[in-house]
Amino acid sequence: MKNNAVLEMKGICMTFPGVKALDNVDFTLKKGEIRALMGENGAGKSTLIKCLTGVNKFEAGEIYIDGIEGSVVNRDTLDAQKKGISTVYQEINLCPNLSVAENLFIGREPLTKLGTVNRRKMNAQAAQLMKDLELDIDVTRDLEEYSLAMQQMIAIARAVDMECKVLILDEPTSSLDDNEVEKLFGMMRRLKEQGVGIIFVTHFLEQVYAVCDGITVLRNGQLVGEYDIEELPRVKLVAAMMGKDFDDLAAIKQEEIKDFSGEPLEIDAKGLSHAGTIKPFDLEIHKGEVVGLTGLLGSGRSELARVIYGADRNQSGTLKVDGKERRIKNPIDAMGLGMGFLPDDRKAEGIVGDLSVRENIILAMQAKLGPMKKIPMHVQNEIADKYIELLQIKTASRETLIKQLSGGNQQKVILARWLATDPDFLILDEPTRGIDVGTKTEIQKLVVQLAQEGKSLIFISSEIEEMLRVCNKMAVLRDGAKVGEISGNMTQESVLSAIAGGDRNE
Amino acid sequence: MNKLRNITKKQLFLPIISMILVMLINVLFDIIDGNAAFDFFAISMKNGVLYGRIVDILNRGSEIAILALGMTLVVSASAGTDISVGSVMSLAGGMCCMMIAGFGVTSVSTVAELAHPIWFGIVCGILVAILAGAFNGFLVAYMKIQPMVATLILWSAARALALLLCNNMIVYVRMDEFKVFGSFLGPIPTPIIIAAICIAVLAAVLKFTALGTYIQSVGINKRASRIAGFNSANIILMCYTICGLFAGIAGIVNTSRIYSADTNNIGLNLEMDAILAVALGGNSLGGGKFNLAGSIIGAYTIQAITTTLLARGVSTAQAPVFKAIIIILIVVIQAPPVKEFFKKRSARKSAVKEAV
Ligand SMILES: Nc1ncnc2c1ncn2[C@@H]1O[C@H](COP(=O)(O)OP(=O)(O)O)[C@@H](O)[C@H]1O
Ligand SMILES: [Mg+2]
Repeated sequence: MKNNAVLEMKGICMTFPGVKALDNVDFTLKKGEIRALMGENGAGKSTLIKCLTGVNKFEAGEIYIDGIEGSVVNRDTLDAQKKGISTVYQEINLCPNLSVAENLFIGREPLTKLGTVNRRKMNAQAAQLMKDLELDIDVTRDLEEYSLAMQQMIAIARAVDMECKVLILDEPTSSLDDNEVEKLFGMMRRLKEQGVGIIFVTHFLEQVYAVCDGITVLRNGQLVGEYDIEELPRVKLVAAMMGKDFDDLAAIKQEEIKDFSGEPLEIDAKGLSHAGTIKPFDLEIHKGEVVGLTGLLGSGRSELARVIYGADRNQSGTLKVDGKERRIKNPIDAMGLGMGFLPDDRKAEGIVGDLSVRENIILAMQAKLGPMKKIPMHVQNEIADKYIELLQIKTASRETLIKQLSGGNQQKVILARWLATDPDFLILDEPTRGIDVGTKTEIQKLVVQLAQEGKSLIFISSEIEEMLRVCNKMAVLRDGAKVGEISGNMTQESVLSAIAGGDRNE
Repeated sequence: MNKLRNITKKQLFLPIISMILVMLINVLFDIIDGNAAFDFFAISMKNGVLYGRIVDILNRGSEIAILALGMTLVVSASAGTDISVGSVMSLAGGMCCMMIAGFGVTSVSTVAELAHPIWFGIVCGILVAILAGAFNGFLVAYMKIQPMVATLILWSAARALALLLCNNMIVYVRMDEFKVFGSFLGPIPTPIIIAAICIAVLAAVLKFTALGTYIQSVGINKRASRIAGFNSANIILMCYTICGLFAGIAGIVNTSRIYSADTNNIGLNLEMDAILAVALGGNSLGGGKFNLAGSIIGAYTIQAITTTLLARGVSTAQAPVFKAIIIILIVVIQAPPVKEFFKKRSARKSAVKEAV
């Protein structure tokens, strides 16, 4: 091992049916180093990590860990944990119907003398841990009562709490807001001072430069290079990841500010609400308009969209779609009116894991036609191929099960599902989360293009720059209520101050 | 297309192997017995009808096969099993005979004695079974009761209700027009024909409509299916209703075999065979993807085991023990860790081949 390295992986190879996911990849991590592992979707980042943690069995290569003689093969994550490697995955792997404390201590619960779980001690320890990390969480409540972001933080807390030499964070920030990201960074820096090596996978470039000391770049399962942070400025990093020059994101910023007040209304909501999630709100969306929903995580952005779509049942007020008053009880009603909805929780509400990419793409289209009108197989194939090509979905074939795709590619399949229904009104809830820079730009372009075709969209994203790029106006949410709208010449500052609200006392 | 065929082949691989295994055991017995004629596969005509062990298995296995069709859908959509099908068979049989003979009548043998026409009795029997299925479906889909618990109600109540309909008696319908469904149509046993029709109709429905996708999608991810426009409750209700329909048909066939509503015995424990058939067919009892062909092969495999045991002189009382042992073996072969083991072995072998 090189001196002061805590982890060294050499010549790792791994093949999935039809895909060489890793081809002779090296990876070195020093003590007290935060190293970014970068690459586009499907580059092999998660696979490399899973090889390290014993989830995947790699075919060739060696792994060395500081303090352990000889090369190591981890049989499973538990085994890896014992050797000091803790992981937080991209998709949260906790049990939603256990309490927070139980999730934190699963498999290592403090015991009483009788050998039963000492709940009081467990809850106390859990509460202390939450306090240390400055998280405001009641550890006795079920995990599922907390937002996706909070669940993510809890998953990280769990990993951090175990004695570890190497902490792996696989896109932990994709569902966190700025505040929470800052907390996470604080946590990472503290661990770094203690000599823990951290592998950090993220799609947010600015985060890389905010915390990392080094960058390792993968492309198509191969190592592009291992760099110090100073060596590799942003533009070069993007170029290394994509294998081409940086397609300037600013290019798609909408030039002129368009006035939509003359256009007919696609959506005219008055006083819609859903108890416990979103208070009564009004919202007008014109044809060809992209309306952004902004606010902190948990402010009710997704919830507002869900009520319009009927994913949550509306309990008050009226909704006019294309000028006519409509009642929407279920998503299928909304779809019949030309709506589509890409939910933010891809795993729970997006993908149908055991079905193929093709079946996942035609799913909504088929639902609209009804069970009796089966889309002929050759048409299904054509549609699937068209969108695999159009969105550059990386899949071995259209018959590959969607669960075998990387997260970003799964997202593209769900997007394809809705594009295939040719909607008049499309709701995109975090469509670019966990997606690489290149594809992000493609999706943003697509949104602008759909709007130019006269379609209306709701666009929800935690990234304000992205919102500024595609939205014509934004609705601002706070604490489960719509508190205002901004339009015209929107800037990062104007949006941030709208989110933060006027009654600040700084 | 080629790839698709490959996948289905793989899914059916183990169920077919299990089936062949049972047959081989039979052949082995024939050899041990010095039976050069291989009685097991022999099919002959006796008294104008087909005769032979294979024919017998296909004939006796009809009810299990018909039940397995509905059970496959229920398992797929709701990740649970319908344990009431055996009792519902009895209910259908009881209803049918009671309608034909009239309430309180024990036996009819001429047209003049009939309270209602035979076709009417059969329709009533099947209708009540459909109703029972819909009741199960309602409890599971709309009341969100666990399938096992929901169907437990009719598992015990349907048979009791059947007995009530028959006024606590065995009602006989000694008429050829009724017996025909459990005996022969020309040289072929009618149950085989009925099972074949049921299989063909369901297969056609699944091929020419999108119901298969609907059911599997709901079974795999209910929430995602809802967002994509499926009404999962309705789909689950439909699956249970179809399961009831098939239980009704199986009930009529079973009743017709003994031309009487022996409600205490019709379909007794058959739900277990039906569930096993689905599992043997390589379908996960956790719901989601299903394979109808697998379930059908599974059904006849179970019947083949039963028939073999009885033919070897194992008494009806002891047969379940042997059956259990054989089924454990077959299920273990299909268990994921074992499959993994074989997959790895073959992967290693092919890797060696490549290296050479
Ligand atoms: N379980 C799997 N089965 C088959 N292919 C997979 C599986 N997991 C990942 N892959 C493939 O391996 C490649 C690398 O994926 P992944 O490591 O998830 O990428 P990343 O995390 O960099 O986005 C992709 O082409 C992906 O489709
Ligand atoms: Mg990944």
